[in-house]
Amino acid sequence: MAKFGRSGKREVPGLTTASMSDIVFMLLFFFMVTTQLRETENKVMVRLPEASQAAKLERKDLAAYINVGPPTRNLQAQYGNDARIQLNDSFRTIDDIRDFIATERESKSEADRQFMTVSIKADENVRMGIITDIKQELRRCSALKIMYAARKPAKE
Amino acid sequence: MAKKLPEINSSSTADIAFLLLSFFLMTSNMEQNSGLQRRLPPMPDENQEVQNQKINRRNILVVKVNSADRLMAGNEPIDVSLLKYKVKEYLVNANNDPKLPEKELKNIEGFGEYEVSRGVISLQNDRGTSYQMYIAVQNEIVKAIDELRDEFSKAHYGKPYLSLDEEKQEIVRKAIPQNISEAEPKDVSKN
Repeated sequence: MAKFGRSGKREVPGLTTASMSDIVFMLLFFFMVTTQLRETENKVMVRLPEASQAAKLERKDLAAYINVGPPTRNLQAQYGNDARIQLNDSFRTIDDIRDFIATERESKSEADRQFMTVSIKADENVRMGIITDIKQELRRCSALKIMYAARKPAKE
Repeated sequence: MAKKLPEINSSSTADIAFLLLSFFLMTSNMEQNSGLQRRLPPMPDENQEVQNQKINRRNILVVKVNSADRLMAGNEPIDVSLLKYKVKEYLVNANNDPKLPEKELKNIEGFGEYEVSRGVISLQNDRGTSYQMYIAVQNEIVKAIDELRDEFSKAHYGKPYLSLDEEKQEIVRKAIPQNISEAEPKDVSKN
C-alpha cells in the first residue's frame, strides 16, 4: 500500500516540447529536398498498367516522358475522349515526337545523351496502335532506349 | 542601464514548421519511376538490302496477341498465366528436343563454357490490342527470364541474381540473354 500512497504525491515531469520544432524541421527539410513541384500540367489521364517485374529507372534526370491517354474530364468536351499524346504540356501528334526528342537530347549533357531513356507513360486502356506508331517514330529518331512505365502491384 | 530584452516566445515555431511541412507533404509527388526497359531495334536503312536474316524456325517462339487480347504462343492458344512456363520450358530445352531452340557453346569470360540458348521470343501484337494486355505479356516473358537467371545464379553462386555483384550479373546476363524481339507492326488478326 505504501507504494500506491507515495505515487499520488509525485508529479509527472512535463514533456519538453522544445525539441519538437527541430524534429519537424528535419521532416520539413526532407520533404523540401525530395519534392519536385510539377513542371507540367497533366492533360491526359494516365493509369499505369501493373507489372510485377517493373524495375526502377536509374537515371531519372535522363528520362524524357511521353504521356498517352484520354484527355482529362474538363478537356474532353474540347478534344473528345480518344487517346492522345501529350509532350511537355500540350497535345501533340506523332509528327511532333521527332522535334521533342531532338530538344530533349539537346538538353542533356553530351556524355549522357546516349543513355537517354524515353519513358512511355500510357494508360492501361489505350490500344496498341498508338503505341506502335510512337515506337516506330522513336526508332526513326534512333531513340532506342525506351521504358514502358508500369507500377508494381501491391504485395500479395 | 539597458533594459532586459524579453525572450522571444518560440513555442509557435513548431506550428509554423508544421504548416510548411503539410504544404510540402501535399505538393510532393513521390513519383516512382519504374517500368519495363526495352531496347528497340534500329530502323533498317532504306538503301541497305534486306539481309537474309533467316533465323532457324525452331529458334523463334512467336507470341501473338490479337485485338481481343487473346494469346497464342507457338501455334497454340494459351493463357497469360501459363505463358511463363511455356517460355521457360522453351528457353531451357532440357532434353535437347529438336523442336526447341538449339544451344550454342559459348565461352563466357570469367565463367567458362556454357551452352547458351539461341531462342528468341518474338512478340507480335495487333493495333487493337490493349496496352494492359501487352504489358502483362511482356511482364510474363521478363518474369520467365528473371526466374531462369535466378536459377542459374543460385546453382552457380548460391545467391539470387539481384544480390550478385555487377561482374557476376554480367556473366548471368550473358548465359541467359533476354532476347525479346518486338516485331514490325502488322495486323495479326488478318492472317
